[in-house]
Amino acid sequence: MKIRGRIIRLGDNVDTDVIIPARYLVTHDAEVLAKHVFEDYYPEFRAKASGGAIIVAGENFGLGSSREHAVIALKHSGVKAIVAKSFARIFYRNSINLGLPALVIREAEGLDRLKDGDEAELDVANGVLTIIKTGEKFSCDKMPEFIMKIIEAGGLINYFLKENG
Amino acid sequence: MTGLTAIQKVVSKKTGRPRVEVGEIVEAKVDFLMLHEVTGPLAVEQFEKISGKPWDPSRVIVVFDHDVPPSTIELASQMRRMRSFVRKHGVRNFFEIGRGGIAHQVLFEEGFDVPGCLIVGADSHTCTAGATGAIGIGVGSTDAAVVLATGEIWLRVPETLLVEINGRLRKGVFAKDVALSIVGKIGSNGATYKALEYSGETVRMMSLSERLTLANLSVETGAKTGIVQTDSKSIEYAEQYGKCSGLLEVRSDHDADLEKIEMDVSNLEPVVSLPHSVDNVKPVAEVEGLEIDQAFLGSCTNGRLDDLHVASKILRGRRIAPGVRLVVSPASVKVYTEALRAGIIEEIVRAGGIVTSPTCGACLGMSRGVLAEGEVAVSSSNRNFIGRMGDKKSRVFLASPATVAASAVEGKITDPRRLLA
Repeated sequence: MKIRGRIIRLGDNVDTDVIIPARYLVTHDAEVLAKHVFEDYYPEFRAKASGGAIIVAGENFGLGSSREHAVIALKHSGVKAIVAKSFARIFYRNSINLGLPALVIREAEGLDRLKDGDEAELDVANGVLTIIKTGEKFSCDKMPEFIMKIIEAGGLINYFLKENG
Repeated sequence: MTGLTAIQKVVSKKTGRPRVEVGEIVEAKVDFLMLHEVTGPLAVEQFEKISGKPWDPSRVIVVFDHDVPPSTIELASQMRRMRSFVRKHGVRNFFEIGRGGIAHQVLFEEGFDVPGCLIVGADSHTCTAGATGAIGIGVGSTDAAVVLATGEIWLRVPETLLVEINGRLRKGVFAKDVALSIVGKIGSNGATYKALEYSGETVRMMSLSERLTLANLSVETGAKTGIVQTDSKSIEYAEQYGKCSGLLEVRSDHDADLEKIEMDVSNLEPVVSLPHSVDNVKPVAEVEGLEIDQAFLGSCTNGRLDDLHVASKILRGRRIAPGVRLVVSPASVKVYTEALRAGIIEEIVRAGGIVTSPTCGACLGMSRGVLAEGEVAVSSSNRNFIGRMGDKKSRVFLASPATVAASAVEGKITDPRRLLA
């Protein structure tokens, strides 16, 4: 499974309130949520993500509220995968459950060399992020086998149907 | 073989195995599943793709709390959807507007938080259930949907970080100050994926209400859950109100493999979390005098009777400062009723505060007390992220109910010890 997209760099502690503020938790319509993604914090985000994006973030991505709306908003904006130094646990589960790959990358990989706007390819199964222009490769931790199966099925609901269908 | 941690003991039981190891991914049986009107509709929609009926409707709890009564057509519609789910499947543990309150408080009041029970909730503060030794795990809607269909959840058995707290709290220093200090010490991702376990004499001295505050803020360290070791208080609660069989003493063995931190709180001062992160904890003295626009007393963290009571003691015979509003949202209908009976509500209103229906409302900037651009709030709630309580340029300082009330009186952030007789 290979994913292509432009890198969007984000910092540490990006919480789900800034991804999608509570005032929009009145629906789970993906288009409405995507329209307001990062509205207060990074208003250009949606325009940048449309056409396909890979988020590269710091520590504790997705902390805070359990709102799965945050993952829906990111996915529908064009985010294809998230690579971060660490994830908050509920967000991590939500991301996997909706089929959005979430991979951990170590600081030692030289995160500074991953630039905002760079076209990149992520080999999800092998955990390798490649910058297209330079061919430079970055290793991420491979996702556990069980989690990879959920991702390959396209999320927990499809996985469940496959296993129990 | 080393001893077991508290969470290992509970998860072992829920998987029907003698022993699960830390780091293993297991399927655990869930005792109760909680849904509310914000995350519930998506959970129900996902559930309907995989199943026709819940695994056990008597173990499903539906609570309306985030915006009660609803302030928008969209939220009213989400509630209607949840009511139709409740009717269709005969969910008896349904807490309608006016008959419940904030989910985590309702779960406690209704006796669901039995030590050793596994509670999954589609809300991050489900860890509040750990106050009485239940294991509360917050999840998103899709996880909740699969639990709804199967009664089981996959989880990784977490490492344990034991937090031992000793020392008698000084006057004017409360469980909230302890809980915020713990978040400050551990950091907002210092316990990610782990279980926090609370022990020590300070914790043993705490009432169950205070323990709810302590367990509630566990998630702000990234933890999967937070468990207060059981003792006579939590066992008594379970025996009196418990709605779940299988009560268990919940504490780690002495030789269990875990990390431990110790805190002495005997010299702790009132603290605040500065914007925009919960772990940005400083003594109140550092920001004393900062002018505020709103004081908010409520939430699953601190909207209980003892919280309202300490605020009313400070407000008695005083008026809220001009230009400032105090918004009080009791955590439940039961809290509201008891506060009415005790004359607390009247005292708050006489001082110039406004009391809303029991709801999460202001805490997450959804309704009943949202902030405008540039406004400053001191709040007894649990998060101070950018835009959490309203406009992106508003600022939230988290504090104890006493600090909130004292600040409302003075119109600026105030050390409550000056106003507590």
